[in-house]
Amino acid sequence: MSAPAGSPHPAASARIPPKLGGAAASGAAAPAGPGPGPHQQNGPAQNQMQVPSGYGLYPQNYVAPSGHYSQGPGKMTSLPLDSQSGDYYPGLYTVPTQNVVTPNTASQQPGAQQMYGRVPPAPHVVGSALGSFQGAMSSASHLQTSASQPYSSFVNHYNSPAMYSVNSSVASQGLPSTCGHYALSAVSNASYPGVPYPSLPAGDPYRQQMLTSQSALTVRPIRESSLSGQNTAVSHPSPLPPPPSQQYQQQQSLSGYSTFSWSAPGLPSTQDNLIRNHTSQVAANNNPTNTVADSLSRSVMQNVQPPKSSPVVSTVLSGASSTRPPPAAPRPAEPAASVAQPPELSQQKGMQYGEYVNNQASSAPTPLSSTSDDEEEEEEDEEAGVDSSSTTSSASPMPNSYDALEGGSYPDMLSSSASSPAPEPAPEPDPAPAPAPAVPQPSKLAKPFGYGYPALQPGYQNATTPLNSGVPPSSPGYSGFQQYAQQYPGMNQLSSSLGGLSLQSSSQPESLRPVNLTQERNILPMTPVWAPVPNLNSDLRKLNCSPDSFRCTLTNIPQTQALLNKAKLPLGLLLHPFRDLTQLPVITSNTIVRCRSCRTYINPFVSFIDQRRWKCNLCYRINDVPEEFMYNPITRSYGEPHKRPEVQNSTVEFIASSDYMLRPPQPAVYLFVLDVSHNAVEAGYLTVLCQSLLENLDKLPGDSRTRIGFMTFDSTIHFYNLQEGLSQPQMLIVSDIDDVFLPTPDSLLVNLHESKELIKDLLNALPNMFTNTRETHSALGPALQAAFKLMSPTGGRVSVFQTQLPSLGAGLLQSREDPNQRSSTKVVQHLGPATDFYKKLALDCSGQQTAVDLFLLSSQYSDLASLACISRYSAGCIYYYPSFHYMHNPSQAEKLQKDLKRYLTRKIGFEAVMRIRCTKGLSMHTFHGNFFVRSTDLLSLANINPDAGFAVQLSIEESLTDTSLVCFQTALLYTSSKGERRIRVHTLCLPVVSSLADVYAGVDVQAAICLLANMAVDRSISSSLSDARDALVNAVVDSLSAYGSTVSNLQHSALIAPSSLKLFPLYVLALLKQKAFRTGTSTRLDDRVYAMCQIKCQPLVHLMKMIHPNLYRIDRLTDEGAIHVNDRVVPQPPLQKLSAEKLTREGAFLMDCGSAFYIWIGKSCDNNFIEDVLGYPNFASIPQKMTHLPELDTLSSERARSFITWLRDNRPLSPVLHVVKDESPAKTEFFQHLIEDRTEAAFSYYEFLLHVQQQICK
Amino acid sequence: METVVFVFSLLDCCALIFLSVYFIITLSDLECDYINARSCCSKLNKWVIPEVVGHTIITVLMLISLHWFIFLLNLPVATWNIYRLIMVPSGNMGVFDPTEIHNRGQLKSHMKEAMIKLGFHLLCFFMYLYSMILALIND
Repeated sequence: MSAPAGSPHPAASARIPPKLGGAAASGAAAPAGPGPGPHQQNGPAQNQMQVPSGYGLYPQNYVAPSGHYSQGPGKMTSLPLDSQSGDYYPGLYTVPTQNVVTPNTASQQPGAQQMYGRVPPAPHVVGSALGSFQGAMSSASHLQTSASQPYSSFVNHYNSPAMYSVNSSVASQGLPSTCGHYALSAVSNASYPGVPYPSLPAGDPYRQQMLTSQSALTVRPIRESSLSGQNTAVSHPSPLPPPPSQQYQQQQSLSGYSTFSWSAPGLPSTQDNLIRNHTSQVAANNNPTNTVADSLSRSVMQNVQPPKSSPVVSTVLSGASSTRPPPAAPRPAEPAASVAQPPELSQQKGMQYGEYVNNQASSAPTPLSSTSDDEEEEEEDEEAGVDSSSTTSSASPMPNSYDALEGGSYPDMLSSSASSPAPEPAPEPDPAPAPAPAVPQPSKLAKPFGYGYPALQPGYQNATTPLNSGVPPSSPGYSGFQQYAQQYPGMNQLSSSLGGLSLQSSSQPESLRPVNLTQERNILPMTPVWAPVPNLNSDLRKLNCSPDSFRCTLTNIPQTQALLNKAKLPLGLLLHPFRDLTQLPVITSNTIVRCRSCRTYINPFVSFIDQRRWKCNLCYRINDVPEEFMYNPITRSYGEPHKRPEVQNSTVEFIASSDYMLRPPQPAVYLFVLDVSHNAVEAGYLTVLCQSLLENLDKLPGDSRTRIGFMTFDSTIHFYNLQEGLSQPQMLIVSDIDDVFLPTPDSLLVNLHESKELIKDLLNALPNMFTNTRETHSALGPALQAAFKLMSPTGGRVSVFQTQLPSLGAGLLQSREDPNQRSSTKVVQHLGPATDFYKKLALDCSGQQTAVDLFLLSSQYSDLASLACISRYSAGCIYYYPSFHYMHNPSQAEKLQKDLKRYLTRKIGFEAVMRIRCTKGLSMHTFHGNFFVRSTDLLSLANINPDAGFAVQLSIEESLTDTSLVCFQTALLYTSSKGERRIRVHTLCLPVVSSLADVYAGVDVQAAICLLANMAVDRSISSSLSDARDALVNAVVDSLSAYGSTVSNLQHSALIAPSSLKLFPLYVLALLKQKAFRTGTSTRLDDRVYAMCQIKCQPLVHLMKMIHPNLYRIDRLTDEGAIHVNDRVVPQPPLQKLSAEKLTREGAFLMDCGSAFYIWIGKSCDNNFIEDVLGYPNFASIPQKMTHLPELDTLSSERARSFITWLRDNRPLSPVLHVVKDESPAKTEFFQHLIEDRTEAAFSYYEFLLHVQQQICK
Repeated sequence: METVVFVFSLLDCCALIFLSVYFIITLSDLECDYINARSCCSKLNKWVIPEVVGHTIITVLMLISLHWFIFLLNLPVATWNIYRLIMVPSGNMGVFDPTEIHNRGQLKSHMKEAMIKLGFHLLCFFMYLYSMILALIND
């Protein structure tokens, strides 16, 4: 039956011995066993490498842990502060002790004494000095925790003599419940309202003063002192168990410490400079008081220095943060209000912004425990970007430190606020004392977070914050989040154009502003739509997961299912869990801390009840903090579990121990299954594939164990024996397709490095091996069965290339498409699979950790609906190239080539499972994406790739009335290509609201549309396409009518939508005109099914472009508002609405559809543009098929190219560019994307609105 | 004759009750994550056709023996069973499909259905028992 045959082709026959020898030698050089060497470099090793760089300068710091510990809870009495510090830093600590004395005298003040009186049972008997410190400390903590204590009280304190007490508390016991930042900032903050700092001179005299006073100190002791001081603070839980909010602040401010290791080696001197400047300012402000103040400020400064050793900015800013009264207080100086305000106020805001920024910055680089993920050197996230910018700012020693700080850390914010002229009333003047409705009492600890939900508007006004703050002007931007962030700064029209985000101090949040849809002509904003920011308090917000990885359709979770039903909006999550991150904290520890009952990973939103216990934020169980967790590898200190990177980052990756393995981690295994029937050879994809493989063979992710194999099939199945030692690849043909077996089970998948020469030979020979084949049949089913058998011992990735309908053996399919029905408006049939063969096989594969990726390159109908099952349930991915031909369709060939490059080299995770957990009361009921749902919340993913997105629908099972926040956590456990078991954890935290208006205010319209699209795909497969279309229209009708009847109190004659939902009808119309759901327009069944597959498995950013492309006018690109990326100037043209009315014959337009770019050239387009950019003299001479812009040395060409390159760089699959001439036949491709226009079968946008309105009135 | 019909119905009904209980147990196992969807569905799909056959036999038997009331009682359930079997999409692996059972609350609806059937069969059981005793007495 089977005939092992020699190479059937003369080309592959004669092999010369030297090559063989070479192959053998390379094999010998790389033994087959799992090489431990490579992995070790990955996580821990890098850690260790970084340790010295961070800490090498200050070895004494390492002593600290033991010291702190000795002062653990209850041991306060044993060591007076100064003696303790004396122990550790005998000679150097003199100045701090001085400080200790100073505040002492100060604490004789009545105010301070009063505070002292409030001290809860003071456990210390040490002496008056210490006692007063305690008092001061508790008072300070009191100040901070009680929200009812208004912001102004700070000011009063600091400006009045009582200030000493606070300062003293800072100085003496090293920052009560927060830390050094707090102290410094408190001071600075307090002083600024009084003295507008821009008017401050450089403060040279003061600086001198400071310098002299400091001269005795080296940098080192200062740091130590503050470290120890801070530890006392932490180890002092007795007086007031800090409410969770406070802990958060603490965490956040403490994060400053981590940066200190990072930045210290770099630029200590400039930092010191800055700090001096800063403190000198403080001194200047305090000057009127007396010299005591001076010394105080000095002491303060010394205490604070360690945090500041990260760019000064952070200290100042975190200070600003602490000025904010904790949870529910009305947030006096809300960062949101970026627009003009009274000078001091806005400056304060600047500070707060900076704080936001900087804390992020400071928490981002945690060199000790975080190693940058595989290939990433550059910084990626907003944190990192800001990071770099703040570094630069602190590197330039500017005289006026405060301006420098602001300018450095928050440049764009300032400029935008300066440019927007509207003098709006500031949300609230800072000293406004407001009663705090939801002060977190200690008793409220029962709640996981203790944060009250503040009044709506600040959060929504805040919406611009991340936009601006996330802007690294010079850093290269990558993922979608960043691009947008980068676009913003330059745009002056920002605040006005981002409808939902402009700032208003009216009682109604901007996202609830009613928009009359039928009246508003330009509904589409000028800039890309941005994800709404959950209305959380700023500490949580900056800890929250990036919206690129994790988004919820409602950023305000309704309290009950009844409320959700009333809102008529879908509730669900959109996930992109494995996306490429360039900066990711990787944690190696023996015990991964998880909740004992629900197995949630510890995350930034848990609350620490005390040092030894934490409360799970999903199930509310109280867990112990394991011993190992008490030690913080970043600060090298003990007893600070809340400072661990796990609790500082909402996206972390753990290196898993063997508890997380069912078997030893598998090697990377790749199998290519190639169709070589006549049809395939004719299409010529083999050349492209083999070329790509040859180019990327060394870049395939993997380690020394990587294995690779090849199979080809037509009516028979061909295996290739590539065992090292052979002189040439050996082809083995199995013609028994009814009962497939493996001819030589162990030599078909070979080690990539050992048999590289043979593999290269095969790849070179393959394109020509079948040129004369006459075999037209395709036995895909049996080939897949064989592939499954081959892969089942290890698992891995199977890449199947198929060019026609499978016609032989198991899994054969019939043509089901009736071409006459393509443009039918009634029924579209055959959207579901025709057979369960592929589904069953996919589940078998999934069980053996094998994913099947399908590349379908067919020119006729190939029943993608059935074939896609093989990938859908085995967690593979699907690529479809309709009418592929390497000669006749060069753009498809180019696309395949680019896709393959990405496909072969992108990250990959093997034998993965993903579990999604959510707070008790919520439950997930439907999952979308490519995977197999193994149990209620466990998705089995044989492979995970960075381009896979998922969606989950949620329902509210129990009312969420007793909690103010809900959290979602996805944990993705996978084996990296290096054979490491890793867990990537994302945690998202969202507020719960009880009013319908709040629910509408928090709608994330893009996420909602993507979820709706997923639901509509399900509906059209399980029911019918027209059902799905009706459901989409009903989604708009229902939500808008629900809004109209409940929230908006305007008359019902007009079609009113909240601003947050204003794009909803437009997007739904776009969906209805999408290939997947459109009717009336001729659509091939495979195209339709492929669009559905893409909706199911694309992450949100890509899906949105597919649904609603971006249109730009590119013949008049200017540098106005341009951004700079990698020394390139990238112009930022405004978005145009997708309507032919925007297309003028004189213009040229670029449409970005995600997977393709179209450049439409108007008939009377300026010849200069055509010549400068396209390189042709006039319109008539432009060829019909043009897929590249020539590199011309003109300004407009440079601008156009840099814009297109920039758009391209931001997505994984490189889209192909089509130049479309007006009046060319290809223009229908372009025009079908103009979704606001009427087509013969579908509404225009305005008609659609009228239709919706009609439905509502019915 | 009457007796034979009801004795047979009684036995058949017992079998159906056991089957319903088995369905419930297996589904709740899946709910509690004791077994995975794949094995659960393959276990259950095996018994879908026997269930349909068993129930159809009773229904037809009642029709033949002219017990109109019992026939009409059984008819909707039998119809539903057959309808469910016929309406399985061609790509699915049976009435219970492992890839969909966790979606859209299918698990819950399957569970509810099994519960209702259990109740129905219990009712029928006592009815057959009563009828059988009546028939025995009449004999």
